Amino acid sequence: MAGSGKIHLRPNSEPILVVQDLVVNYKVSRKTVISAVAGISFDVLRGETLAIVGESGCGKSTLGRAVLQLPRPQGGTVVLDSIEITALSGNDLRDIRPRMQMIFQDAISSLDPRLQVKNIIDEPLKAWKKGTAAQRSEKVDDLLDAVGLDPEIVRDRRPYEFSGGQCQRISIARAIALEPMLLVCDEPVSALDVSIQAQILNLLQDMKDKLGLTLIFISHDLAVVKAVSTRVLVMYLGKICEVATPDDLYAHPAHHYSRALIAAVPIPDPEASVDKIRVTGEPPSPINPPSGCRFRTRCESASDRCAAEEPQLQEIGLGHFVACHHPLIK
Amino acid sequence: MTALIKLTDFSVSFSTPRGDLHAVRGVDLSINKGESVGIVGESGSGKTVLSRATMGLMPSTATCTGSVEFNGVDLSRLSRKDLRNYWGTGMAMVFQDPMTSLNPVRRIGSQITEGLIVRLGMSKEQARGRAIELLDRVRISDPFATMKKYPGELSGGMRQRIVIAIAIACTPELLFADEPTTALDVTVQAQVLELLAELRQEFNMTMLLVTHDLGVVAGQTDRVVVMYAGQIVEAATTKELFKNMKMPYTEALLKSIPRLDQQAGQRLKVITGRLPDPTKPEPGCAFAPRCLYATDKCRSEQPPLVTTQTGHQYRCFFPLGGAN
Repeated sequence: MAGSGKIHLRPNSEPILVVQDLVVNYKVSRKTVISAVAGISFDVLRGETLAIVGESGCGKSTLGRAVLQLPRPQGGTVVLDSIEITALSGNDLRDIRPRMQMIFQDAISSLDPRLQVKNIIDEPLKAWKKGTAAQRSEKVDDLLDAVGLDPEIVRDRRPYEFSGGQCQRISIARAIALEPMLLVCDEPVSALDVSIQAQILNLLQDMKDKLGLTLIFISHDLAVVKAVSTRVLVMYLGKICEVATPDDLYAHPAHHYSRALIAAVPIPDPEASVDKIRVTGEPPSPINPPSGCRFRTRCESASDRCAAEEPQLQEIGLGHFVACHHPLIK
Repeated sequence: MTALIKLTDFSVSFSTPRGDLHAVRGVDLSINKGESVGIVGESGSGKTVLSRATMGLMPSTATCTGSVEFNGVDLSRLSRKDLRNYWGTGMAMVFQDPMTSLNPVRRIGSQITEGLIVRLGMSKEQARGRAIELLDRVRISDPFATMKKYPGELSGGMRQRIVIAIAIACTPELLFADEPTTALDVTVQAQVLELLAELRQEFNMTMLLVTHDLGVVAGQTDRVVVMYAGQIVEAATTKELFKNMKMPYTEALLKSIPRLDQQAGQRLKVITGRLPDPTKPEPGCAFAPRCLYATDKCRSEQPPLVTTQTGHQYRCFFPLGGAN
């Protein structure tokens, strides 16, 4: 974006999640504040997979966590299933928690190394008093089975005995134990080998279809995003650049940043023509972000207007929105 | 063309409490001067051990057999002290994780000049000048200020550039790049790969690129070696490999990559299961338990490494597209 606006919201389609003007600031010293998420709005429809993409440091993980109130954002509203969770008290928020779960990037370290797998998955069930010990134990076996692990073999082991892919399966089982409606996946496959990555992506898709989940999928890998998402939100330094369906975005990126991100994906074909569009350098510090459009310092089409005026999201096609003064398609 | 480095029947095993772990098994590989070769495989396929053992960077628990010839000299017969003479000037390595491969408590400047002073015998002043040139060459925007910084003050992409600057400081003939971009964002990955390709041209370096990503290999190498369970299972020129794959494993690996030219929402092909336990080698083909086409023969008998007339090598009884 690096811009703002809410034109891309779809209030008439009964979204399951509506986020408006979300702001997350981090204090880095007594006087300095980083605005990691600077007024972002988006919505997610039931059964959709919204992908949030961007480079490291663009605020995508912070955004995902802020939706789950981990920690609570400094500004803006989050409405999940018609309940404004940003306005809830601590206790009421806790009651909502089973409806929204998260899968973390580093599967191995997100599991307690001292617990046996059965206790890891039982923990949420126990905390929410879902049935007797025997019922829960049965549920744990069902969950392990559902994520493709053999309960007999896996139940009594501890996380260090498993590979990264298997640990990610365990954390998926834990996340779906309470049958959430919203699942936030923060780079769930970026630490895995390509062969294992495909297994986990397919598993997520299966779970989504089976349980009617709605997903927010955070990733920096555009090829992965294309395989799983139904809508993509491109983020840069805490702002939105572009929102589109994956087919639209990849065929006709409208934002200069989106185009560069797509061009950077390596193609597994030595004879493919390589798109030589490159962004140079790395994102500037969010402590002192550029004025106007935040991407302008790395954009070849940047003009004076980009420095003076923050671009607002505008619709350039059906369901395709871009925040740029000089979009690649109009 | 002459071989710059030649491995013959090279094996590496580690002694562990569970028995000997065979990480690399009988690898024959020869790389010519100026070539860029990719080594591809999953985690645990032995690709990193192969590159490190070639350089002689192995812990004492490792046993290496076979020979490594570098410019005609058998490195496996050299003492540790003599082997050191090859590091930096003969071969150098760009390590995978730029977060941990730099010393966190020493300034960037002293880490780059170290090799120049020790290996090339430069004075401190000369080394400093050269280090600044190198930083500029790897496109660090403010080399003077960066010399005084500590690794913790730099981003992942910048640290990987520093690691590259250190590796090329003494203009090595052979550069190992072990997953040089795995820890980086796609945009930075593209920049780093481009930089490596440029430097290779400029310094006429031979490169061995170790990666699990066939996409990275496609754009960067002349030749690809695919490893599985410590063995070479397929080797060919990059063009030939992608056009005419012989190993079911290579095909499965390629198909499991999500691609931009695929329609959104398509189900990915997967390789079920995982690598075999390296302490218990399979009696037959190591890939047989996960292979779609495996027969009883595959499960009981080791397929030999076959070389076709065009120089395409594969280790399979039933190669894709027939034996030619």
